Amino acid sequence: MKHKVTPLLLLLIVTMLLGACAPEPSPGEPQSLTVMTHDSFAISEEVIAQFESEHGVTVNFVRSGDTGTALNQAILTKSNPLADVFYGLDNTFLTRALEEELFLPYDSPMLDQIPDEFKIDPGNHALPVDYGDVCINYDKAFFEAQALPIPTSLEDLIDPRYAGLLVTQNPATSSPGLAFLMATIAHFGEDGYLDYWQALVENGLTVVSNWETAYYTNFSGSTGQGPQPLVVSYGSSPAAEVIFAQTELEESPTGSIIGPNTCFRQIEFVGILRNTANPDLAKAFVDFMLSVPFQEDIPMQMFVFPVNPQASLPEAFLEHVDIPDQPASLPPELIDANREAWINAWLEAVLD
Amino acid sequence: MLTVKAIEKSYEGEPLLNGVSFDVHPSETICLLGPSGSGKSTLLRIIAGLEESEGGEVLWNGRSLADTPAHQRRFGLMFQDYALFPHRNVSENIAFGLRMQKLPPQEIQTRVDSALETINMAGFAHRKVTELSGGEQQRVALARALAPNPRLLMLDEPLGALDRTLREQLSQELRRILHQSKVPAIYVTHDQEEAFAIADRLLLLHHGVILQSGPPHDFYHHPRNVWVAKFFGLGNLVKGTIVAHSPLQVKTHLGLIHPSCDQDPQPIGAEATLLFRPTQASQSPQEMKNRITGRVFDQVFQNGRYHITLQINEQVPDFHVLLTHPVEIGADLAVAYQPADVLCLQNDFGEI
Amino acid sequence: MNTLRKTLFRWLKQPTWRAALFWLLPAAFLVYFFYQPLLALFNLVISPTWGFDLSALDLTPVWRPLSFTVGQALLSTLLTLIIGLPGAWLFAHFTFPGKRTLKILTTLPFILPTVVVAAGFNSLLGPRGWVNLGLMALFDLPTPPVRFLNTFGAILVAHVFYNTTIMIRVVSNAWSQMNIRLRHAAQVLGASPWRTFREVTLPLLRPSILAGTLLVFLFNFTSFGVVLMLGGPQFATLEVEIYTQALHLLNLPLASMLSILQLACTLLITLGHNRVSGLGEMVISPATRTMAARPARTTLERAVIILLVASLFILLVAPLASLALRSFVKLEPTRGERGEVERGLTLQFYRELGVNRRGDLFFVPPIAAARNSFMFALITILITLSLGILVAYALLQNSAINKILDPLMMLPLGASAITLGLGFIIVFNRPPFSTLRFPILIPIAHALVALPFIVRTLSPALRNIPSSLRNAARVLGASPFKVWREVDLPLLAPSLLVSTIFAFTISLGEFGASTFLVRPDYPTMPVAIFRYISQPGALNYGQALAMSTLLMLVCALGIFLIERLQKPGKDTF
Repeated sequence: MKHKVTPLLLLLIVTMLLGACAPEPSPGEPQSLTVMTHDSFAISEEVIAQFESEHGVTVNFVRSGDTGTALNQAILTKSNPLADVFYGLDNTFLTRALEEELFLPYDSPMLDQIPDEFKIDPGNHALPVDYGDVCINYDKAFFEAQALPIPTSLEDLIDPRYAGLLVTQNPATSSPGLAFLMATIAHFGEDGYLDYWQALVENGLTVVSNWETAYYTNFSGSTGQGPQPLVVSYGSSPAAEVIFAQTELEESPTGSIIGPNTCFRQIEFVGILRNTANPDLAKAFVDFMLSVPFQEDIPMQMFVFPVNPQASLPEAFLEHVDIPDQPASLPPELIDANREAWINAWLEAVLD
Repeated sequence: MLTVKAIEKSYEGEPLLNGVSFDVHPSETICLLGPSGSGKSTLLRIIAGLEESEGGEVLWNGRSLADTPAHQRRFGLMFQDYALFPHRNVSENIAFGLRMQKLPPQEIQTRVDSALETINMAGFAHRKVTELSGGEQQRVALARALAPNPRLLMLDEPLGALDRTLREQLSQELRRILHQSKVPAIYVTHDQEEAFAIADRLLLLHHGVILQSGPPHDFYHHPRNVWVAKFFGLGNLVKGTIVAHSPLQVKTHLGLIHPSCDQDPQPIGAEATLLFRPTQASQSPQEMKNRITGRVFDQVFQNGRYHITLQINEQVPDFHVLLTHPVEIGADLAVAYQPADVLCLQNDFGEI
Repeated sequence: MNTLRKTLFRWLKQPTWRAALFWLLPAAFLVYFFYQPLLALFNLVISPTWGFDLSALDLTPVWRPLSFTVGQALLSTLLTLIIGLPGAWLFAHFTFPGKRTLKILTTLPFILPTVVVAAGFNSLLGPRGWVNLGLMALFDLPTPPVRFLNTFGAILVAHVFYNTTIMIRVVSNAWSQMNIRLRHAAQVLGASPWRTFREVTLPLLRPSILAGTLLVFLFNFTSFGVVLMLGGPQFATLEVEIYTQALHLLNLPLASMLSILQLACTLLITLGHNRVSGLGEMVISPATRTMAARPARTTLERAVIILLVASLFILLVAPLASLALRSFVKLEPTRGERGEVERGLTLQFYRELGVNRRGDLFFVPPIAAARNSFMFALITILITLSLGILVAYALLQNSAINKILDPLMMLPLGASAITLGLGFIIVFNRPPFSTLRFPILIPIAHALVALPFIVRTLSPALRNIPSSLRNAARVLGASPFKVWREVDLPLLAPSLLVSTIFAFTISLGEFGASTFLVRPDYPTMPVAIFRYISQPGALNYGQALAMSTLLMLVCALGIFLIERLQKPGKDTF
C-alpha cells in the first residue's frame, strides 16, 4: 500500500514544485481573460464562443460563492487580483466596492444605450448589466380556493385576513431577506419600518434562514408542499416555474405582487479590476456584456432583466413576469452606512 | 460435586465435543489432557457458563446449572492468556471478584494482601499489570481466580506461555497452592508431564470424548488403546494378527509373540497392536519366549541409561530399547520381553 | 559519511527525534496549507489598510452565539452517544441479515449537503411531510401536529443524524477488537453483565469513546448548515455568526475575531480531551482472542437487535429514503387544488440531469460531477492516509512534542470553512496554485478536515500492536520497512479501512471550503446540487433531489468498493 502511496505523493510534490517554477504568462500576448463572479452566474456557451472567436481569447470564469463571498474575495485579493473583470456586484454592496477602489473607471460607448435610472455610479467604475426585483410571490391556487383577494400592498400583509400566510428570510443570512427589509424601509421610512415588522410578527409572520428553505419548504406554490402561500422571492420566479415545469404549463402556478414598494430592485454591475494585466480586453468584454447578444441571453440564464432596452425579452418573460411600476430603492450610500444597524434592529424586533 | 453429563458442542459444523461426561470430587484436582484443538478450553467455558452446550448438562451437587449465569456460579477460571484487566493494577485485579461479592473494603484489603502473600508478590500491589513479566502475570491471575474462594477452580493451560524452568517451578507452586486451598480444580493442559505433576486424576480428551480416565499411573500401565499409548509415547507399537487364544499368541513381523491383555482379547484372526516398553527389554534373552533380534543402528546416553535403536527388518526399521550396558553400533543384539510386559492393545478406535 | 550515519542513528534512538522525524511532513503540510492561510488572513484583516480598530470592536455579538454553540454541541453529542453506543454494540457483536447494507446506509448521512438533508427531513417531518399528513388523516386534525422545522429539536435530531456514524465506526471498531477473555474473566469473577460492561468493557472502550466524542463534539461545535437551515433564524452558532459577519455584513475583522475564538475553543476542547483520555498512557494488552460477530441466539437478543436496527433505520435511513423517493415522485401542483400534487412516479428528473436545455456554459453532466467528486476523494484518501500514518507513528513515540503538535493537528476541525476559504484565496492566489489547471487545493482542504479523523482512528490501533511482534519480525531478519509491511500494515488493515471510508466520505460531502476553491471546470456533486436548488421551479428542485440520490449512490458504491479491498471473510466494522 505504502509503496503505491509514496510515489504518488512525490509526484504531487513535484507537480507543485514544477508549477512554482513555471514561467508566468507573458503580458505581451494575452490569451485568456478571467471573469470573477458569483455562483448564480450562467451564460450560454454560444454567446461566450462568439466573444472568444471575435477576440481570439479564451474566457475563464471563476465562480466564488454568493455575492458577498465573491466580493470578499475580490477585496482580499485586490492587490493581486484573481481575475480581470468582476461581475455580479449589486446596489446593496456597491458603495463598499467603490470605497475599496476595486475597479478602474470605464466610460463604455455602450452606456449611451442604457437608461439613466440604472447608472448609479457616476464615476462609471461599476457599470449596470441587469436588474431584477425581489418580490412577494403568491400561490394562485390558494387564493382561488379560499376566494381571497390577492394582497396588493405592504399594508395588506398586516391585515388579519392574511394572518399566517407570509414567509420571509432572515436579512442577516439571506440577500432576498435583506432586500425585502430594505423595501419596507423605503416604504415606511427609517422611523416606521420596525413598527410595520412588529405588526407583521403579530400577524403570524414566519421567518426562515435562507431562500431555499422559504421557497421549497414553506411556500405552497412551487412544489405544493409548504404551509405558506406568500413568500419573499424574485419577480421572475413565476416565469421560472413555467420554464422549469415538469409538465408543460400554460399559466404559472405563482405570481408576483407588484404594488407600490412591494418589490425591491437589485441592479447588478460589472467592473474592471484595478490591477488587471489586460485592461483592453477587459474593456472589450464589458462592452460585450452590454451589447444585445449578451443582454438577450441574460433572462433565460439568470432570470433577471437586461438593462439594455434594445435587447428583446423571451416570450416566457413577457407572458409570466410582471414588472413593478414603482419598485422600492434606497441610495447605495445609505444602505452601506446602515446595513448593520438595520439588521441588528430587525433581529431585535423580530426574533427576540 | 461437579457433574458433567453428555456435553455436546460443534464448531463450524464439525462436532467438537461428542458427549463428554465426568465428575469432580471434593478437593480433587483433575487434569483434562488432550492435543490442541480437542475442545478442552471450550469445555471449560461451558462449565463456567460462558458458552452454551448443544446437548447435555452441567450439575453442581445434583442441581442443573442451566439457569445459573456465569457470574452466579462462583467458579474460578484462570485463562490461558491470563486476561488481566489492563486498566487496573495488581491489587485491583485481585480485588475484582471480592468487590463483586460486596465484601467490606477492609476485608477485601486483608484478603488481597494475603493473596499477594500466597503468590510471593507482596510488594507488587500497585504495579501495573502490563509491566509484569509472564510468570508474575500468571501468579496474579491465579491469585485473582482464587481470592473469591470459588467452589471450583478451572485453569486453562496456565503454564502454557512460560519457559521450561519457570514452568517446572510454577507447577510445583501451583500444586502446593491447590492442595492448601483444598478447592476442587480442573486443570487443562496438553503437556503430559505437567498433567502427571499436578493431577490426582487424569481425563484424556480425544475426538470429542473422554478416551480414558484414572490416576496418572493407570495411563502408564494400562493405556486403553493404541492412541493413548501413542499420545503418551509409551513405547514401540507393532501390529500383528491374533493366531491363538490361551495362551494368547500374536503373529508379527518380529515373529510369534506371547503378550498379555487387559481386556478380553479379540477373536482369532483379528488385528492387534502390541506395546513393547523400551525400559522393560531384557538383555539376557536365553530363557525367554519373546526374543527380538536386530542390528544396533544408533545409541544415545540418556538419563543414566543407553537408548538403543535397533533395526529389525524392513517392516520394523526402528525399535527402541533402554539398556543399562552399552553395545557396539553395527553389532547384532537380541533382547527379550516377559509376556506380562508386552501389552496387547485394541485397534478399535482412536487410530491416528 | 560514516560519522554522519552514526550521529543520525544516535539521534533516532531518542523518541523525541523519532517523533520529530515522523512529524516532519505532516507538520509542514499543516503549516503550509492551514496555518499560513489563516495567519495571512488575520494579518491582512488587522493591518492598518483595513482600518482595524481593536477598541472599536464590539464583542457583544459574541457571547450569545458562544453559549448557544457550547450548549447545543453538548446536548447533540450526548444524544449521539446515546444512539451511537448501542449502534456500535450492535455492529460489533452481531451478524444479521442486511448488516452490510445498514452499515453503508448509516454512513450516508455524513456526506450529504445540509440543504439536501433539510429537504429530506422536510419531506418526512415538514408541515406537509408524510408524518404530518398521515397523522392528520388518521386523527382528522385540521393542522399539522408535529412542528419540526425551525425548532431546537430539529438541530439536535439533524446533528445526531449526521454524526452517529462517527460514533458507530470509531467505537465498534475498537469494540470488536477487544480481548473477549477480559469480559469472560469478569463474568467468572462474579460480575453481572451490566457490571462487566461498567467495570471492564466501558473503561477499555473509553479511549475510543472519548475520541469519537471529541470528533462529534467538534463537528457540532462548528455546525453551520444544520443550524441555519433546520434550526432557523432564532439560533446562531459561532460559525453562523462568522458567516453572517463575513459575507453579509462584510465585517471581516469581527469575523476573524470570532473565528480565532472558535479556534481557541477547539484547542481547549482538544487539550481537555487529551488530558482526560491520557494520550498514549494506557496500553491495552494485545487482543489474542477477539470476538467474532454472531447471529442472535435468544429471543431477547433478537428483540433487542430488531429494536436497534429499527431505530437506526428510522433515524438515519428514513430521511434518506424519503429524499430518494421524492426524486422519483411528481411534484407538480394540480391547478385549483391547494396542496394537492399530481400523483405518480417519474424518471424525468434523472433524464433532465443529462440535458443542457439552455445551452448553459456551466452545465454539469452528472457523470462528470461524479467523476470529479471521486477524483477529489481519491486524492484526499492518498494525502490523508500517508500523513495520518506518519502522525500515528509520531504519537506512538513517547515524546513531549506530541502534547503540543497533536492538538495543533486537530485545529482544522474547528476552523471556520469561510475563514479557511478566504485565507486560501489570499495565500494561494499565485503560482504554483493559480497556474495549476487542476484544483489541487480542494482535496488538500478536504485532507485538512479528514486528517484528525484518520489519526484518531489509526493511533489507538497502532498502540494495540504488541511490540513483541515487531521484535519477532526484526529478529527473523526483516528490515524496518519489511517489519512495517509484514507486521504493522496487516494488523492496521481494519483501521486503515475505517480511515479510508472517513476520508472518502468527508471529501465527497464537504461543501464549505469547496465553494471558495471550486472552478467551473471541476464542479463536484454537492456544488451541482446547490446550483439546482438555488433556482425556483419544480424541475430544479427535482433535479437537486435526483443529484443527491446519485451522490448517495456514488458514496455507497465507493464504500462498497473500499470494503472489498479487505480480505474476504473478515468483518471489521
